[in-house]
Amino acid sequence: MAMLELIGLRKNFGTTEVLRQIDLSLASGEMLVIVGASGCGKSTLLRIVAGLETPSAGRILLEERDITSVDPSARDIAMVFQNYALYPHMTVFENMAYGLRIRGLSREDIAHRVDETAALLGLSEFLGRKPRQLSGGQRQRVAMGRAIVREPRLFLFDEPLSNLDATLRVRTRAEIRRLQRRLGVTSLYVTHDQVEAMTLGDRLLVLHQGRPAQLATPMEVFEHPADTYVAGFIGAPAMNFLPATLIEAGTAAKLEAGPLVHFIDGKRDGSDGKTLTIGVRPEHIRIDPEGVPLRIDLIEPLGSETLIHGRLAAPGETPLVIRLAGKAPEGDILTVAFPPEQMHVFDAATGRRLP
Amino acid sequence: MERRTIFGHRLLPVALVAPQFLLTLVFFLWPACEAVWTSLTRQDPFGLHSQFAGFDNFVELFTDSLYRDSIGRTVFFMIAVSALSMSSALLLAVFADREIRGRMTYRTLLIWPYAIAPAMAAVLWILLLQPRIGLIGVLLNRHGVSWDYHLNDRQAMLVVVLACAWKQVSYNFIFFLAGLQSVPRSVLEAARMDGARGWHRFRTITFPLLAPTTFFLIVVNLVYAAFDTFGTIQALTQGGPGKATETLMVKVYRDGVVNLDIGSSSAQSVVLMIGVIALTALQFRFLGRGGRRESAA
Ligand SMILES: Nc1ncnc2c1ncn2[C@@H]1O[C@H](COP(=O)(O)OP(=O)(O)OP(=O)(O)O)[C@@H](O)[C@H]1O
Ligand SMILES: [Mg+2]
Repeated sequence: MAMLELIGLRKNFGTTEVLRQIDLSLASGEMLVIVGASGCGKSTLLRIVAGLETPSAGRILLEERDITSVDPSARDIAMVFQNYALYPHMTVFENMAYGLRIRGLSREDIAHRVDETAALLGLSEFLGRKPRQLSGGQRQRVAMGRAIVREPRLFLFDEPLSNLDATLRVRTRAEIRRLQRRLGVTSLYVTHDQVEAMTLGDRLLVLHQGRPAQLATPMEVFEHPADTYVAGFIGAPAMNFLPATLIEAGTAAKLEAGPLVHFIDGKRDGSDGKTLTIGVRPEHIRIDPEGVPLRIDLIEPLGSETLIHGRLAAPGETPLVIRLAGKAPEGDILTVAFPPEQMHVFDAATGRRLP
Repeated sequence: MERRTIFGHRLLPVALVAPQFLLTLVFFLWPACEAVWTSLTRQDPFGLHSQFAGFDNFVELFTDSLYRDSIGRTVFFMIAVSALSMSSALLLAVFADREIRGRMTYRTLLIWPYAIAPAMAAVLWILLLQPRIGLIGVLLNRHGVSWDYHLNDRQAMLVVVLACAWKQVSYNFIFFLAGLQSVPRSVLEAARMDGARGWHRFRTITFPLLAPTTFFLIVVNLVYAAFDTFGTIQALTQGGPGKATETLMVKVYRDGVVNLDIGSSSAQSVVLMIGVIALTALQFRFLGRGGRRESAA
């Protein structure tokens, strides 16, 4: 059963279109991660689901009930804000109990549920403290606790980890995933962090300028990006793009840099001479004495691996990034080859993937 | 932190401070000292002879039931003005904080009363409430309410409270509006998602977060009502009818300037001065020197 359904959602602020046509359906217990560049409308989408913004068009269904015009206080949705938005004048206990008191739960029930949730999040010893007496990580957990304790029908997260330091972020990320699995709450999670996007979600929605660019499992998005935007956005360092043309009745591509590559996964639609963009991830480029020469600009050693930035010494001078295991080879020039089994083929005109 | 000298030599800072210092000396410190001195003397009504009387004036003051009445009246007046002015200002600020059309105009208009001189404010209220020429006054009398604040004690107090509270609404409004705007939006949104609606949300989230502003305004309003309302009261009722609107401040003026009992009047001034000092100390203590206001009295 669909837990949450967004149908034809749009949002304009004045004349700016922020969201254009979002259709989405979440199964019960599913965690969907929304990812996209800054300003693409992620927060706006989340706030519309929360009820804090009204959509310009479209409908929102929660458990098949239309909640488009229901006040946020009656939606039974919990949200974890980026800056946590804790009630500064209340203790941790009161912060967590606030929503339960409004629902009229008995004093014992409230104490029981808050204690249980605090134990789950390791907050038991902080229940009597005010938010300003907590560290950033502890505040973050209180914000989570305040959402969890209500047992809402839907969880919304708006970049909840972006104010934490790197170590804490990794730990909390895993914790959120475990909690979400264990509690089985349907969740929408907004982030612009690659790793969070890949690791947290059952499915990934890539937003681009207010439109869904791709909606699929994280691995599917990584392995078969729907267009050049998604291909360039997901994966770090970003995918390399090489201009090419379609030849030999759609079975091969002639790279502008020289080499000719045969598609090993079948022929592509389109007439010969059609312009293509070939995508190759940095980790898939091989060093090959037979290959194309690459002038090295910059070497970034990362310990166990090395990033090499350079330009192809062929027509077009295409910039290229390579990720190699181990140390960088000697010399200013490398010769590289593009393995056909790791190539992504896009239409240069539309940017869409050619399957 | 290291202290740095901005001025090369000593004369410049002295010259810059001198005018303000002289003004304070001539118009505040000197009269204050004079008041302290005269409060310790007894003078004949023509001001020709004076003799040292020690604390007699003070002893008389606190055994005088009229003075005690005036204290009670002033306390009531202070609380009434502060409560009325602050609650209306808060209400107006809550509306001004909403996303409404013409918000800026509305805010600007609300700030105007603060710029009006006390006597002018009084004239405005006279034009409204005077029983024979005032818009509302005439209306009330025509509809069977016998309205005349020159005769009726309670009505006189009501008029004075109204006018004085009205003058302070702007000031309170600005502070409440600033306070409301510094309540983080996301906190209110979080409360909304937790299920809190309108009045409940205001009572449990907004109002507690306004507490510092509210406390600051309580002190400021009490000081205002006690010491800054003389002009308005004098223009409206001159403390009358009888002693119905005679606050401590008005009594100082009546006893000293009208009845020429300089000794007692000075003693009352000294008592008020101690009151101001105490309230100001309180204000500094709890709010720091940041919460300042042009000195009352
Ligand atoms: N209240 C508003 N009025 C006008 N424009 C707005 C408003 N809120 C957001 N926008 C615009 O809508 C666009 C999307 O904003 P949104 O906050 O959803 O971005 P985002 O994807 O969450 O970005 P970030 O990753 O930086 O948080 C932005 O261009 C922003 O300027
Ligand atoms: Mg955002």
